[in-house]
Amino acid sequence: MAAGRDDFVIAFRSAFLKKKDKQKFSLLTLIFLSILVIILSNFNFKIIKIIKMGINEVVYRSSFFISIPENKIKSINAQINEHMKLYDDYKIIETDLENLKQKELSINFLKLENDKLRKLIDESIKSDEILAKVLIDKESPFLKSIVVNKGTKDKIKIGMAVIDRAYLVGKVIEVNYTNSRVLLLSDLNSKIPALLEPIGMQAVISGTGKNYGEIQYTKEEYENEIKIKKIIVYTSGLGGLFKAGLPIGTISADNIKKVNFFSDFKQLEYVKILSFNIESTN
Amino acid sequence: MSSLNKAPISNNFFSYFPIVILFISVFNEFDFNYLKIQYFSFNFIHILIFFWTLKNPNHLGYLSIFMAGVVNDVIVGLPLGLSSFCYLLICSVTAYVRNITLSPNFINDWLSFLFTILLVNSVQVIILDLIFLIQVDYIKYLINTGFTFIFYPLFFFIFNYVNKKIIVKLND
Repeated sequence: MAAGRDDFVIAFRSAFLKKKDKQKFSLLTLIFLSILVIILSNFNFKIIKIIKMGINEVVYRSSFFISIPENKIKSINAQINEHMKLYDDYKIIETDLENLKQKELSINFLKLENDKLRKLIDESIKSDEILAKVLIDKESPFLKSIVVNKGTKDKIKIGMAVIDRAYLVGKVIEVNYTNSRVLLLSDLNSKIPALLEPIGMQAVISGTGKNYGEIQYTKEEYENEIKIKKIIVYTSGLGGLFKAGLPIGTISADNIKKVNFFSDFKQLEYVKILSFNIESTN
Repeated sequence: MSSLNKAPISNNFFSYFPIVILFISVFNEFDFNYLKIQYFSFNFIHILIFFWTLKNPNHLGYLSIFMAGVVNDVIVGLPLGLSSFCYLLICSVTAYVRNITLSPNFINDWLSFLFTILLVNSVQVIILDLIFLIQVDYIKYLINTGFTFIFYPLFFFIFNYVNKKIIVKLND
């Protein structure tokens, strides 16, 4: 029994404490160092923040360059697929265009009406868009986020909305000097206050870790409404974080909890970071 | 005389193969996720670290593994130091297994690998969920662990081939 314990102790000491010929540090030293890094990275001291930002800058830039061959292969693959579906897509787009032209006329009228009403209540929304390139989009199975090439030097702040064309894709959660990390709507930790239109119901949209979202909370039941109307999810603007009315997705008819996002998060190349300001004299 | 002491380029290539592959993997987050097969993903880095630290630790230093972990955390967006800690846990298990094993065989290695990745992923999930309050999908972790375990023999075969090449080249 004692011999067995001695063997364990010898094996343990040899494994953890002794440095091999080509190892510069023992395993135990590095394990303690990584625990120290985990603890320190959670403190908001200025020096730690600067070091973290420095590491992020270097790693993001390096990853961008190292990923160039992989991204090239991906884009060639996507181009081939697009060419294969060209004719089918053309037919669909042709009918869509006709429908959109008709809708545009009514939208223009609504826009003018909306501007007039805002003037009546002396409220104006000023919003700025900053175009950003997606540097890293790793499609990790666990955390859904992207890194974009705009940071504090471009006046990016934590919490800003990120959109792809007109559709909301996420929010800024970490800002470095020249780049920032965006948490996508599909991430499990993403929670967005939303408005279900045309029924006008407030809801909270949560990510699922998959390529769709989920209605986590609504004020009232909406099962009956969804059977007769197509429901579109917009940002509600509650909490003041996002501008109200940014389209998020549609509610699936087969599963009323499921939100199909308008934007395909796997195809993001350029996004716009949105800052807005509501001014009211009332 | 100097040519006798100079290692040929191919020797250097094979010597640095594990480190180069490790850093390419962490920078590219190499897990075949882009195949877009639902739920399919495996952790290539775990296989790489387990194999090389078990079979030939001289070619994959612990410091490199620590640095690779930091890079992985920054790329994926995990709390800094977490991946390093998990990778070094793998190294701890392999170092222990190497010390207690007299005659290595593949099945033992494979089962040790299963134990290791279950331990490492459990530790990671516990730290993320309970300490950092970051929600994670347990099912995805479990499936990832399953695929990582299944793919081990394939990469074992490839890495074993490279390892033999390294040993032969260094003995030349």
